[in-house]
Amino acid sequence: MEKKKIIFKINGVEKTVEVEPNKTLLWLIREVLKLKGTKKACERGDCGLCTVLLNGEPVKSCLVLAVEVDGSEIVTVEGLSRDGELTPIQKAFIEHGALQCGFCTPAFVIVGHWLLNRNPNPSREEVVEALNGVLCRCTGYRPIIEAILDVAKKRK
Amino acid sequence: MSQNKNINLGYINLFNTHIIPVKFNYHAPQTLEEALNLLNKLKDKARVIAGGTDLIVDMKLRRKEPEHVVSLNKIRELDYITVDSLGVKIGAIVKLRKIEKEKIIRERFPALYEALKSMASIQVRNMGTMVGNICNASPAADTAPPLLIYNATLTAKSLNNERKIPIEEFFKAPGKTALKEDELVTEIFIPYPPQDSHSTFLKITRVGMDLSKVSIAVLTKFNGSIIEDIRIALGAVAPTPLRIRRAEEFLKNKPLTEENLKIVQEIVAKEIKPITDVRSTEWYRREVAKVLVKDALMKCLEEEGGR
Ligand SMILES: Cc1cc2nc3c(=O)[nH]c(=O)nc-3n(C[C@H](O)[C@H](O)[C@H](O)COP(=O)(O)OP(=O)(O)OC[C@H]3O[C@@H](n4cnc5c(N)ncnc54)[C@H](O)[C@@H]3O)c2cc1C
Ligand code: FES
Ligand code: FES
Repeated sequence: MEKKKIIFKINGVEKTVEVEPNKTLLWLIREVLKLKGTKKACERGDCGLCTVLLNGEPVKSCLVLAVEVDGSEIVTVEGLSRDGELTPIQKAFIEHGALQCGFCTPAFVIVGHWLLNRNPNPSREEVVEALNGVLCRCTGYRPIIEAILDVAKKRK
Repeated sequence: MSQNKNINLGYINLFNTHIIPVKFNYHAPQTLEEALNLLNKLKDKARVIAGGTDLIVDMKLRRKEPEHVVSLNKIRELDYITVDSLGVKIGAIVKLRKIEKEKIIRERFPALYEALKSMASIQVRNMGTMVGNICNASPAADTAPPLLIYNATLTAKSLNNERKIPIEEFFKAPGKTALKEDELVTEIFIPYPPQDSHSTFLKITRVGMDLSKVSIAVLTKFNGSIIEDIRIALGAVAPTPLRIRRAEEFLKNKPLTEENLKIVQEIVAKEIKPITDVRSTEWYRREVAKVLVKDALMKCLEEEGGR
């Protein structure tokens, strides 16, 4: 099994890494780059907790081969805040109590950011559709949906 | 297959999906010709990867153990949707999400549009492809019933040959297709359905994101109250997705009366070969298939009435 050299950008920083082909993007993010905000759980595409933005679109990093991100741009939850200040979505999650254990929070925050960038004024249905791929096992979805809708409302 | 060291307790799989236990060499050809050359050389030692949403899970579970993985994702010439007077052509690496966003799909191929929207989640649709959904040949592949009623054709290429395969001849068994080991699918062509026809897709799942227990696509064209053209395809009710030709032949040139509807439901129940698995029992699938046939036909009839 030949290692491959890949070059990519993560949270705005260019990296060059050698990886074995049977490693996932999730592994690259957590075990090589030590960015632990992106969570690993089912690792078969079901829970969505490993969601990151790949070239601007949300994907489940447990089902992406690391070698395939050569030439791509990746954003993880660590890449969202600027100068140590929380983003409006992150603040809204706190205000709305949209987390209990917090294990699912990075994925919801990432998807929320993606959605509001694409669609600054989403309907409730559009928020629900976007969040469909991420599971939360303790908070329940209502406060999460409210938090995202609230950010959209306040921006208007 | 391998000596699987994972524990399989009936239908509760204690599989470890944290690593890909398979060791393989990875190839990322830049052109189709390069890819076909590789397949010609490596034959059944190689597996093609597009979105990887099926293949990576299969490798994690050791259901597939290729020595070589050939990625199509750098081959720009496979990334296109073209629309002409005959229909729509979709290249092998076009993402499901891109197809669902295409206006022509929503307007002219509503059954396919509904199937795409029903699949997995936005993340998985950003990753997976329609060609991958078809080539994976799951009996439950959601795009299969719509592509069957629209009479889609696949283009298969090998280094020295190119052929067109009607989708109805493509599925052979669960996970088995008409493709030879050195062939890959480059394109799906979907001809426009007849003018003034209606088509729809319905499915029953356990929970929103899960694979279908039963899925159906129906196309109808009425002439007054008479059914002039009728196509019915079901998924997850047999080893492959299928057209139910007997039911179509029966309904053709007849009105959609309650009595005819009942007969069609019985024909469908007879033609399908459902199994009992984690998701449903055979009996349940047969009953649900009957209900879905009725619902789908009634939906088409309503659209015809509302025209
Ligand atoms: C969480 C989750 C939810 C899902 N939900 C659904 C659902 O609701 N409905 C549904 O139908 N599916 C679902 N799937 C399955 C999967 O996402 C789809 O089948 C998807 O369309 C596969 O496309 P891909 O590009 O990822 O395929 P890949 O995994 O890249 O390939 C699949 C198979 O096809 C072969 N292949 C791919 N491209 C070609 C080609 N051009 N020529 C020849 N062979 C090729 C590969 O070798 C492989 O064996 C789900 C998967 C996950 C992980
Ligand atoms: S860890 Fe990737 S979807 Fe669950
Ligand atoms: S807050 Fe615990 S899983 Fe969502």
